[in-house]
Amino acid sequence: MVIADTFVSLRGFWFVVIGVLWAGYLVLEGFDFGVGMLMRLVGHSDAERKAVIGTIEPVWDGNEVWLIVAGGATFAAFPNWYATLFSGYYIVFFLILIALIFRGVAIEYRAKRPEQRWRSAWEAAIVLGGVVPAFLWGLTFANIIHGVPIDAHGEFAGGLTDLFGGYAILGGLASLTLFAFHGAVFLTLRTEGELRRRAKALAIRLVVPAAALVLAIFVWSAADSGEIDGKWLAAAALASIAAVLLTLSLWLLVRNRDGAAFAATALAICSSVAFFFVALYPRVLVSSSKPAYNLTVFSSSSSHHTLALMAIVALVFTPIVLVYQGWTYWVFRARLRGDSLPGGGLPGKAAGRPPS
Amino acid sequence: MSALAATTADLSRWQFAITIIYHFLFVPITIGMGLFVAGLQTAWQLTGQERYQRLTAFFGRILLINVALGVVTGIVQEFQFGMNWATYSRYVGDVFGAPLAIEGLVAFFLESVFIGLWVFGAGRLSPRLHLATIWAVALGSILSAYFILAANSWMQHPVGYRIVNGRAEMTSLRAILTQGNLLEAFAHVISAAIVTAGALALAVSAYHLLKKNEVELFGHAARISLVVLLVGGLSVVTWGHFQGQLVSREQPMKMAAAEALFTTEKPASLSLFALGPSQNASGNVVTVPHLLSFLTDWHWYSKIYGVNYWQREYAKDYGPGNYEPIVAVNYWSFRLMTGIGFLLAGWSLLGLWLARRRKLERSRRFLRWSIPLLALPFLANTFGWLLREMGRQPWVVEGLLKTSDAFSHSVSVQAVAFTLVGFILVYTLLAAIEAWLVVYVVKRGPTPPAGEGEQPKQIELGY
Ligand code: HDD
Ligand code: HEM
Ligand code: HEM
Repeated sequence: MVIADTFVSLRGFWFVVIGVLWAGYLVLEGFDFGVGMLMRLVGHSDAERKAVIGTIEPVWDGNEVWLIVAGGATFAAFPNWYATLFSGYYIVFFLILIALIFRGVAIEYRAKRPEQRWRSAWEAAIVLGGVVPAFLWGLTFANIIHGVPIDAHGEFAGGLTDLFGGYAILGGLASLTLFAFHGAVFLTLRTEGELRRRAKALAIRLVVPAAALVLAIFVWSAADSGEIDGKWLAAAALASIAAVLLTLSLWLLVRNRDGAAFAATALAICSSVAFFFVALYPRVLVSSSKPAYNLTVFSSSSSHHTLALMAIVALVFTPIVLVYQGWTYWVFRARLRGDSLPGGGLPGKAAGRPPS
Repeated sequence: MSALAATTADLSRWQFAITIIYHFLFVPITIGMGLFVAGLQTAWQLTGQERYQRLTAFFGRILLINVALGVVTGIVQEFQFGMNWATYSRYVGDVFGAPLAIEGLVAFFLESVFIGLWVFGAGRLSPRLHLATIWAVALGSILSAYFILAANSWMQHPVGYRIVNGRAEMTSLRAILTQGNLLEAFAHVISAAIVTAGALALAVSAYHLLKKNEVELFGHAARISLVVLLVGGLSVVTWGHFQGQLVSREQPMKMAAAEALFTTEKPASLSLFALGPSQNASGNVVTVPHLLSFLTDWHWYSKIYGVNYWQREYAKDYGPGNYEPIVAVNYWSFRLMTGIGFLLAGWSLLGLWLARRRKLERSRRFLRWSIPLLALPFLANTFGWLLREMGRQPWVVEGLLKTSDAFSHSVSVQAVAFTLVGFILVYTLLAAIEAWLVVYVVKRGPTPPAGEGEQPKQIELGY
């Protein structure tokens, strides 16, 4: 009996962990996507674009590991969830992968050659590498909660068109604009001078569509479920918090409190993710074929032993990672401008040299 | 299985094989070069000599071009288990997911976060801290190899599990993380990465020596590379031997096929060369009596069971079916890999002998051949994996799950064909770009030394 109870809580725990990992991923790579999308709008000259990319260059790789760990944790804790999701959304995930491949390589290779054509080509990859995954992640999450055909064996039973319904596309557009806004706020925080001015202007223009689309998806979901129980009230509260935070972020931005504005958009993304996971629980994939075919934390989890062991691993290592990753952001906190070194290195200061 | 499903399974296998081999072109460079560059930077820190600083930055740039592709192709691998091998993922997730998740949490974060700090932190961190970041990167890549190999070794030799409701459940993570198959493979793979880095650094140094650029600097670099190559070469051969002994106990069918040994022999001869070993004839041309017995368990007269014997045993245990891997693939991958190992170790000895006689810089023939030789470690790595993975067939998890049962049923043939073509196109394009970029960086050479009275510059990696 005690075992059974801890098993229920362990599954709940892992559901929360996976939610936290996705929230971390979407907050961190969310602004990477946004910076990528807006790169050519904010950076007009080559030096300016270098500075814009410089804001994410030292950190994007570490940010992407959140995705790898979210995927790995899902595999370890809920193998059926992982298997059905990744095989069912096959083409969507393929497109995300291709976009992430080109984006990562582009960030690293763009500055390696001086030719204009070389740089423009990689810049296009950075822009698309922001737009495509930002849209497809929203689409994926929308599909998960709205439901796609899943059969009695827990396998995806639809086709490609089942993944591109109206609700899913709305979800994609919502995440696309939300990340664009998030990226603009991040750029405002991390640059100065003309770059900061342009980024801020973009942010102010993006906030209304972002908030509107996010709200629209919340309303549609609520109407969809047709239930008004405790869970949905909590979900509705989280959705409202997200909307309030977005407004707050605009207010702070206008008052030049960049750091606080960024914190507000980051929290808005966190509460949107929380809304999603609260509304989803205890399901992990909704079947539009029949509610009985839904995958839940109970039908898809690993064994008690694995969940318990992995919980210890997660509790030990996550704080360590948070400390050193947080420290990186501290090291690279200097604002950039059109003529500074990438990553905020101080020009002229010759360190990194052994003591003589 | 319907013909359509069989095609899906085959295409998924091709896709997995192509993408993983591609990923593993970059991985050994990341591991080996990461250590190499960390060593150079440490030498700089300890001696303060500018040449070490210049070599650190120069080889560091090559490392970074490579890491970019290693990282992005790695993500594909992680997604692919779920995308193409859903049945497999459901079956093994409880066991296999754990090392994979730990790898991300413990190794990839370390590597990815610290590489950003290393590249851009030169002006912001103290020299000691900056040195620590490259060691963190090296440690991260080594840990990642360890955990992914833990997952892979479990597929070769499942331990620490039980079968419940038709799927594997973990009973002992410790068993999974400490089994011999893993430890041997880990030692062998890290050694292979060191060989790869040594060969790469040697080829680059040889290029500049041939051009007479910075002869002093690259003469020094070539000597370091030769020592690295020798150490790696001896290590890879030694560990490879022990791994072979272990595999012949744990997966005897694989090694019997790798020796094209069909009928049981006592004592068994080692085949040195065979003409087209097929599924039922070894085609042996040159054999050394007793040697296989000796290499397998240190006894000159021991009995070694052949493929035919293991086929009968497997059929008894697992029901009728064909349990033989493709013998020619096993046989030739094994021969070519080991041949390359000995060749590279010998090459490094030759180079060190030339260096001792102060002839290295002028031995144009040696230097010229050192450049194409760079292909060999990559080939050996690929052959090693072909042996390990194809030698395991028809199993995807030895004795538990067949490859033909492991693929995703909900993915259509068209979808896999589409992504397979997509990956091939994208990967080919990126390989061409990367190779071209590496050549460009190599040709451009290291940043010039600081002038008289100037402070040595910081390590310039990016631009
Ligand atoms: C530079 C690369 C390189 C070189 C020179 C060698 N190997 Fe190797 N070998 C690998 C790179 C490699 C590898 C790519 O790293 C593999 C694939 C899987 C593994 O664990 O290591 C491998 C696998 C592998 C296996 C398969 C193990 C299994 O199926 O579990 C055996 C038996 C050997 N090696 C043995 C040798 C011997 C006896 C060598 C030399 C005399 C040798 N290898 C040289
Ligand atoms: C980087 C080194 C690796 C290489 C080069 C490699 C190579 C291969 C090859 C060639 C195949 C296809 C076999 C066939 O077509 O018969 C294969 C299959 C497979 N390997 Fe590996 N492998 C590597 C590492 C791994 C690791 C570390 C894992 C697990 C963690 C793994 C898991 C698999 C799986 C699931 C398959 C699919 C089933 C199959 O076709 O056998 N591989 N690999
Ligand atoms: C099929 C199995 C494999 C999977 C799922 C896998 C997964 C990954 C992932 C997700 C990354 C990106 C990490 C990042 O963003 O920093 C990566 C990179 C890496 N992988 Fe793999 N990998 C596989 C095979 C291997 C093998 C067999 C090894 C070593 C023996 C290896 C060693 C590495 C290393 C060292 C990196 C660092 C990035 C780089 O190459 O520069 N991987 N891998």
